[in-house]
Amino acid sequence: MSKKKLIVKGVRLDGRKWNELRPIKIEGGVLPNADGSAYLEQGRNRIIVGVFGPRELHPKHLAKPHKAVLRCRYHMAPFSVDPRRSPAPSRRDTELSMVIRNALEPALFLERYPRASIDVFVEILQADGSTRCASITAASVALVDAGIPMRDLVAACSAGKIDSEVVLDLNDIEDKEGEADLPVAYMPKLGKVTLLQMDGMLSPEEFDKALNLALEGCNKIYELQREALKSRYVKQGEGRSAE
Amino acid sequence: MPQYFKNRDLVVPGDILAEGRFRAGENTYRLGGKIYATRIGLVEYGRGVVSVIALRSNYEPRIGDTVVGAVVDIDLGSWRVDVGAPALAILNVPDAIGESFKQEMALPEIFDIGDVVVARVVKLNRDGTPILSTLGPGLGRVEEGRLVRMTPTKIPRLIGKKGSMVNMILKETGCQIVIGQNGVILVNCRDKEMEDLVVQVLEKIENEAHTTGLTNRIYGFIREMKEKGRDE
Repeated sequence: MSKKKLIVKGVRLDGRKWNELRPIKIEGGVLPNADGSAYLEQGRNRIIVGVFGPRELHPKHLAKPHKAVLRCRYHMAPFSVDPRRSPAPSRRDTELSMVIRNALEPALFLERYPRASIDVFVEILQADGSTRCASITAASVALVDAGIPMRDLVAACSAGKIDSEVVLDLNDIEDKEGEADLPVAYMPKLGKVTLLQMDGMLSPEEFDKALNLALEGCNKIYELQREALKSRYVKQGEGRSAE
Repeated sequence: MPQYFKNRDLVVPGDILAEGRFRAGENTYRLGGKIYATRIGLVEYGRGVVSVIALRSNYEPRIGDTVVGAVVDIDLGSWRVDVGAPALAILNVPDAIGESFKQEMALPEIFDIGDVVVARVVKLNRDGTPILSTLGPGLGRVEEGRLVRMTPTKIPRLIGKKGSMVNMILKETGCQIVIGQNGVILVNCRDKEMEDLVVQVLEKIENEAHTTGLTNRIYGFIREMKEKGRDE
């Protein structure tokens, strides 16, 4: 059986070019009972993030005397994939929770809130590939919405290799059938990478190309994050804020 | 000393605000000679200082703040109160009833878990835990009313210059309003329709705190809503 072609006449299965992102929609402040929240759609990904804190940490023995503890929970809803999956956290969920935490931690001033905790809950409502990147993008908007001081926004985006070509922002089928996947999280204003993983095989040249492509994607996503945050305060037609 | 924004421009965390001999004020930090924003808000360039007026912020307690919070736990001789700070606030018996703790006191009869109290921050522990007191006029257990949440940094806007905003709302609606610096506001009216109106007004202030001429706009809004209410 021959493998399904992922790129036909220079166009990917969902009609994108090699360097094109999926359509993205970000909205901040969607949950009234969370301290901060965000909703994100990236292609068919749908993700909601709630942020709580800094608040008193329970159980207390987990508290760090010199800084706050960032806790993340990545969870896929049972209906987020086909076939339906178990709602219990899987090994993959546990690992991605850690990956998201590590990607966000460098952006936060945890040392300002000793013994406290900052809790980030990421719920995948519908999954379509690169959810770890989309989760980081959404979580960083939710953290700003919670008013938690940050060094920079964290934007995340994946690149990869399908049908021997390096492409941006893999979706589910490209991730599964493709040759490599390279998720990257990036703080654009500080120029720092906070997450870099690779799954599959890339030559050193391909790796460089994919990394630069992913960083470019991060910069585009960063602009969308900014817009989403600002749009709550600057309404169209109403002009700029004050004076 | 380059500035990268105009005064009162909207900035987000990570935006480079200025370079060189500025001092990093509120909601900013300095790294490698550049000053970055840490919260979303409006940038202010003062005399040698750059700061950001945050539009979203967590509550950072200060001595003298009036706060509204719920009792969540009872210890030996003290209550723990959730005021939205990084740590639960402590309310000791002497600060609550004016006499020292005695073994036979039944603390739940004074404040029970779930009670909402209006209190004042009298001290911050070395680890930043706020110590509260409910001794004083207007402080103590809340008997009735509605709680509305607002970002703590917008509380000054709700109060207005010398209380201009809140006094206007009080006068127009005849409601009782207790403002907690932690962003929890207690609204209590005899007229429940007025209470709904005040809640709407608070939402409007939350959304438009960064715009100018807000007090007049809110005044117009209240008048309009009152007219509508009378017509129906």
